[in-house]
This record gives sequence, structure tokens and C-alpha cells, in this order.
Amino acid sequence: MTRYPFTPTHVGTSAPAGSPTEPCGDSRPRLSGRAQLGSYRRHSGLFFVIALLATSLATSCSRKSESAPLPKPTAFGAAIVESSGGKQFAQTGSLLPQPVVIQVNDEQGTAVAGALVEFSAAAGVAFDPSTGLTDSSGQVTTNVSLGGMAGRYQLVASTADKSHKKVELKLEEIALGYQQALGRHLNDQYCERCHNPESTVERVSNYDNLEIKPHPFTEGDTLNKISDADLTAIISHGGPALNKSPLMPAWGNTLSKSDIQALISYVRAISDPPSRSAGPVYAKD
Amino acid sequence: MKEKLSSLWQRLFGDSVRAFGVVSLIFLGSLAIAPAKNFFSEWRHYQHGYLRMIRNRSDANTLQRHFQSGIQQIWLPELGVVDRCTSCHLGLKEPSLTDVSTQPFRTHPPIPHKLEQFGCTVCHRGQGASTTLAEAHNSTLAWEQPILPAKYIESSCGECHRGPLPGTPQLNQGRNLLSREGCVHCHTVKLSDGTTMKATDDPPSLSHIADKTTREWVFAWLKDPQAYASTSSMPNFKLSDDDARDMSAFLFANSTPLADDTAALSAKPSSDPTAGASLYGESFCASCHAVQNAAGNMVGGDVGPELTKVGTKVKPEWLQAWLKNPRAYDPATGMPHYRLNDPQVSTLSGFLLGKADADYLANVHLQPATPEQITHGKRLVADYGCASCHEIAGIKKPENFAPELSRIGSKPVTQLVFLPGMQHTLPDYIATKIKQPRAFGQGLKMPQYTFTPAQIDSLTTALLSLNDRSNTLPPSLGVAATPESDYQPAGKAGKLMTDLACFSCHRINGHGGDMAPDLTWEGSSVQREWLVQFFKNPGTLRPSLIRRMPRFNLTDGEANELTDYIMTVYQNPLVDRDAMPLSGYSQGQVELGKQLFYGKYSCQGCHIVDTKTDKGYIGPTLTHVGSRLTAAWIFQWMKNPQALRPGTAEPNRAMSDEDARALTAFLISQKGGAKQEVAKK
Repeated sequence: MTRYPFTPTHVGTSAPAGSPTEPCGDSRPRLSGRAQLGSYRRHSGLFFVIALLATSLATSCSRKSESAPLPKPTAFGAAIVESSGGKQFAQTGSLLPQPVVIQVNDEQGTAVAGALVEFSAAAGVAFDPSTGLTDSSGQVTTNVSLGGMAGRYQLVASTADKSHKKVELKLEEIALGYQQALGRHLNDQYCERCHNPESTVERVSNYDNLEIKPHPFTEGDTLNKISDADLTAIISHGGPALNKSPLMPAWGNTLSKSDIQALISYVRAISDPPSRSAGPVYAKD
Repeated sequence: MKEKLSSLWQRLFGDSVRAFGVVSLIFLGSLAIAPAKNFFSEWRHYQHGYLRMIRNRSDANTLQRHFQSGIQQIWLPELGVVDRCTSCHLGLKEPSLTDVSTQPFRTHPPIPHKLEQFGCTVCHRGQGASTTLAEAHNSTLAWEQPILPAKYIESSCGECHRGPLPGTPQLNQGRNLLSREGCVHCHTVKLSDGTTMKATDDPPSLSHIADKTTREWVFAWLKDPQAYASTSSMPNFKLSDDDARDMSAFLFANSTPLADDTAALSAKPSSDPTAGASLYGESFCASCHAVQNAAGNMVGGDVGPELTKVGTKVKPEWLQAWLKNPRAYDPATGMPHYRLNDPQVSTLSGFLLGKADADYLANVHLQPATPEQITHGKRLVADYGCASCHEIAGIKKPENFAPELSRIGSKPVTQLVFLPGMQHTLPDYIATKIKQPRAFGQGLKMPQYTFTPAQIDSLTTALLSLNDRSNTLPPSLGVAATPESDYQPAGKAGKLMTDLACFSCHRINGHGGDMAPDLTWEGSSVQREWLVQFFKNPGTLRPSLIRRMPRFNLTDGEANELTDYIMTVYQNPLVDRDAMPLSGYSQGQVELGKQLFYGKYSCQGCHIVDTKTDKGYIGPTLTHVGSRLTAAWIFQWMKNPQALRPGTAEPNRAMSDEDARALTAFLISQKGGAKQEVAKK
């Protein structure tokens, strides 16, 4: 039996829905089953029995989770597609800036209202709500908080089709660690105006004005081929240092070495397709 | 049965030798419990797991060398840290383990602090001294101090760092919200440096409310502020109709008229929407005020109140007086005193009054107030602590109206009341309390705010950082915030700058807003003639900005007064205006500068000198820079822009004096002689 990976599940929230309803004198929550198992010794048979007893007692006595029963689907779709919200990034543990919206379609590709959609992901990812029926336009919207570790998180949205077979959609979101968040801050201040072709109301992009186009930082196909050392050289000494565009100025006197490192770790974290140093993908096990 | 037991007793303890033997065995067995417990301990299991994991890696030797068996401990008496987390979390300091995703063996992501200096629990909370998973993270023993969810981890940065950090956006936002959304009007937050957190918002005085608006509007506003303006930061007190009626009755009975805060114009508010819209645009009202457009999007800034339905709110005479001189009604307002003439006031007020929602007050019918209603209203106004935020004549600002929050981040969970279904942790309590304050009991006064989930997370982060440790930190560890200075310019020009509310947008000597450029060294930077002209008719310097300097309609005297003050006082000692002339550079130098501009430094990526060829859209347009900036400023700017304006996006190119001088010569020759128009996008 392995005891890892663990997740800091909070006490008293993991009571299974069907546990017996014994009256519990103590209103304070007990150890959850998982926490109990953490201290069980595999070498002792007697201990095992005691632990099992204690676990079942603890689970049955622990606080009932208030999660509502699953809503009943009134319709079934054949496919599930992303409407918006994939490939976003947020700091570890925090909410994605935009909600994730998915849509359930039937065989003809028309939206299906009333289909049940469930969201799941690696431990630590939270959905609000985690299940829902599609609305009149066939969509379900959920707010997603990413897990506590930097890296990529795979979200799975699933619905059942008419024959009760599971149809799944996988989305990927990116959690930025401290260094990458710092890089993102520097990107917003110094880089984005040229490197991000999208304009917003507050920030007009300079991308279209440049004769030689800069690489958007999500452009993994190109950027993943450039080594960290070369990226550092381009940032500190400017484009001409590597025979690139002279429109890329040298930032070596403006940004510190650790700033440049932070920027590179940000670029690596958000590149698409992912770079090798982007870290592991956290998926539901 | 009884016989069996007694024969067993006989067999074991029948004679003294036998009894001695059995007791000895039991004694030995119990002695073995302690070493066995140690042998089968959880941390040992993890250490074996770690060794198994690294065995097959290419860097096994290095990892093996770093590995130390046994319980590891980081002991920092100054911080009260006894952390044994590294007994199981064995790969924290191994950067080569980035590909490992199973805990407890992951490497720690790079942060600016060393593990040995701060330990683990300073940031992550939890029980540092425990050596089992459950006790360390979230067992009943860790009840008061469970592991902090990653969502709120930035709160720990805030224990020592009192100012904003580039790597902690959530904490920075939370702290801003605490002071901007009015939290600290009611809740006292004492900071560890002895100061008290100050509110940065300025809720309006209600002492003269009857001059400004109608009782019907106040009634509707009290009932649901967001129905009038969705961006309003006024919370909803969930008042009954009767309570809202009585409070409005009191506020209007209590209101006294103010001289000059209403004005009857010779011209009636004009209803020329085109002229009104263009004056609204020219005056850059949208830099501070938002209006919801037909598509439902907010257009404009969030410095001043939203104006979508302003015509339903204000009285025409008050609006006219306000537009003529806002300082007559509110001397401390951040609204500039535009020197509008009567026809302009009439056009603009007509335009704004047209922004009305006829349905908004259609169902509000109030009878004249009775004395009982007024008395009851006064009691309600005092009970709800309205005077904590608003100035109300005759009602003193209550002290300690709401619980102090200086140590909320260490509040024991045993002192908290939880709602059904909530996790029993402090972060969850704080977040839920902000989300639905009235759900926690009958008769609670805290009103309902309209924070987004992300804002609630930020606020919770900021509140968790206010805890026992942040309050008792050794002074050597605290990192002070740069205090906001209360710089005020002196004399006549100073009065003028207050009147024009320059500090609502510009920052000078560490005081003021951040919407417009910092003007601390403006006197070294620009030429006198240009500044006078700019005051009279501000042009576009940065084509990509949507927020611009408005025209205040200054008189010649005022423009000169301001310019003289700026040119004399806001001088940078690095920039010696007399050392570099504005003309007389050789053609060769200008040519060299041009080559450097387009070649070596490729400035055209961000700036425009020749509108026919250049497209750079980030920095200011330089077509007229020779008649705008001083040569000495350009030269120093080339040498080190961050020294003159910290945080500017202009990169420091570490230019030689020679290059900087040539570029100065080239730029100072750009006087915009030929009529060049900025390419419009």
C-alpha cells in the first residue's frame, strides 16, 4: 500500500453519501478515513483490525457533507465540446480569470439542454459547481480553482450519452508558481505590448507595427527549440546578439539576472505545445 | 469457565520462579514497544520510498549524497520554528527533481528565500514538530494550525513584507481592497509598524444631501445601491421599506443648505446630445467615470462614480454648480475644477441629465416624513454606523464600531461560528463571512458586498496576513512599505494644483495617482514654452493611451503660474539644463544620431519620428520632441531612463556619452517643422 500522493483533505468532509447514520455525541469532526489510514501499520494484523474499526466508526460519525444529490438529466447528448475557458493561466491555487464553459451537442451538432455534466480533475482542483445541467443553449459554466502545485492541470468534463456511455472532454489549464508569476508581472510591464498580438481596451498592441514580427510567448513550436541560454542572451543583449531582429532591444541593464530567469520560466510555463521543462501534467488518477 | 481461569492463573503464576519469568517477559515486551514504534514509523517509510525512487535515476549519486537518514529538523528560535517537515519532504532542495509529481518528494519551486532561514511552517502553517502526515497537516492535533491552502499562500509573504511585491498580486489586491472598499472605515487594522491602515476611498458627506438629490432617490439607493449603479462600492444593508423610508427622512431633515452648491443658469440645460457627447469626450470625463453602454459594457474609468443613470439622481441646479466648481460642495473632491463657461455647463449638464432611467424611481412614493420617522431614522443611522464612512452633521463617527481585525489571521477556530456545510477552517470562515456576512446570525449589521470570487480570495489572503506572527515579528525581519507621502505643493501654484486635482492622476514626490506620468522631475524634462502651450491645449503624446490630459480652460495667468512653479521646483539634480544647448549641433552629429536611432538602437520599434515610415506605438511620439524636451533630459534619459523614472518601460541601453550625445542632437532637431499629423489608427 502506498501512502502518497496525499492531498491535504480537510477533516470531516469526506463522509460517503451512504454511510450509516449513527447518532454522534461529539459534534467536533473526527479524523477522516484517509487521515486514519495514514497512521496504520501494515505489519500488525491486530492493528489492522483496530484501524479498520476506528476508520469505519470515524467515517460514520464524521460530519455529513452537504453536497446536494446529483441533478437528474432530462436529455442526453452525443458529444461534449469546449465553448471557452481552456488554456488559461492563474497562480497556483487560485481561480482562473475566466470561467470554463462547455457545451453538450447531439449527433447533429445541435446544443442539448438538460444534459448532466460532471467536472473532475487532479486532487486540489476545485470546481464551482462541479456538476450541472446544460442550460437552454446547451452550456454549463463552472469556476475553476487550480491545485497548489505549479504545472499543467488536466480538467475532464464528462456527460453520459443515450446508451449511458461516458463522453469526455479534456481541457488543460496552467498553474503558475511564484517565479512564473513574477515573470508574468515583468512580461506585463516590459514585453507584452510587442509580443502579444491581441489588443485590449487598455492596451493597444504594437505587434502589427513591427516589420519583423516578434514571437508570441505561447508559440511553443519556435520557442521550445531555443535553449534557456540563448533566450537569456537574446533578452540581455537584444535580438542582434543571435542574429534576430534589431527591434528587440537589450534588457540586460534594465532587468536583473533573476528577473530574466523568472521571465524564461514564465515563457516555458505557458508555451503551447508545452516545453519539456514545463513540469508534469496533473491529471485525475 | 471459572475453573479454567484459575488453572491458567496456576499455570502462569503458580510458583514464584514461574511468576517472575512471566512478568519479565511482559516487561521486556513493553520495553520493545518504543523501538518498534520508531522502526515502523511513517517518516522511515517515506525515507525508504525516497531511496527506492532515486535509485534508478541518472543523478542517483548526487541525490544519495544529499540524503540524510533520521528525523531532520529546522530550528529557528527567533521565529518559533521547529520544523521536521524535511524528514519526509526529502527532495525540497533538489532542483533536478522537477519531473517528480508525487508528494512528499517534489522539489520546492524557486522562491527568493532559503529553507534553512525560514523553515516551512512560516509560510505553509501546519504543525512543524509532528512526524506523521496527519498530525503535521490536518489532524485534530493540527486543528488550530492546519496547512494553509495554496490559494492563500501569499498571506504568509505579507507577514513580513508590508508593502506590495511584484510576485504577490493577490495579496497586493487584497490590501488595496481593504483600504479602497471601505473595510477599514468600520474595522480597525493596526499594523505592526504602529500605524493604522487608512481608507483610500472618500465616501461623500451627507450633511447637505438635500441640495444634491431627492429623498426618493436616497430611498431607492438605500434599498439596493447596485440597482442604480452596478459598479457602486456602497454595500447593501438589506433594509426594510420602513427603515429605508425613516433613514431617508432623517437624512433630509438633517441636511442643511450650502452656499454656492446650487446654481441657476441663464441658459437652461441644453438638450443637444451631439455637442454634449463631444464635450464629455473632449473633457476626458471617461478617464475617471464609467457609463454602461447599450451592449452592457462599462466604458470608462473607476476613479469617480458611474454615470449611467446620473440624470435620475442629481438635481439640475446642483449638477450645474458642481460642474462649475465641484469644490464648492466638496472641498476635498478628486474631481478637477474645469473652468467651464455657462454655455459649456449647460451643454454638459444637459447631456448628463439625459442619462436617466425613467423606471428607476417610478414606484417610489414617499409621504412627508413624520417626527417619529425622523427620530427612528436617526437611531437607525447611528445603529448601522453610517457615520463610520459618511460625514453626517450631528452624528459622531463611531469608534470601534466593528471588531478589530489586526490579528484576524490567528483567530482560534474554537472562537468561530460555522455555517452548516462549511469546512471548519479559518480561511473558509473569513471567505464565507465576506461573501454572506448576514448568514451567520440574526441582527448582524455587516452589509452585503458585491465582491467577485477572486476579490474574496484576495481579501481573505490579506486578512490572513494580519496575525500573531506579523504583529510580533522581530524588527530585523520586517520589510517596511514605502509610506505614501502627504506631499502638498506650496503657495498659489499649490492651490491651483489642488483645485485642478492634479494628484488624482499624477504622482509627485511619492504622492498622488498612477494614471498619468510622474511629474517629480517635470521641470528638468520639458521646455517652458511647450508646457504653457500644453496647459492651454493638451495634445496627444502617446497615441496608444485612451486616457488623456483634459483641457481645463486655464487663463494665461494660471498657465504661467503653474509652469513657473513646475520649472523651478520639480528639478532633478542629475539634469543640468544649462550644460546642453537646445540648438547648434553639427549636421554630422544629427546624421550619426539618425543612424543610431534607426540602426543600432532601432528606436522606431516603439517611437515615431517620421510619420511616413515609423509606426512604433508604445513610447511617446517624437515628431515634435525637439520643442518639447530639454537636451539635458534627453541625454540623461539615454544614459539611464530608470534613474529618472523608476519602472519606465524604456530599456536602459548603457549608452556611451558619444552615442547619447548624437541621439540627443538628432532628437532635438525634431521640431515638427513640417505639419506632421499623427497617423490615426
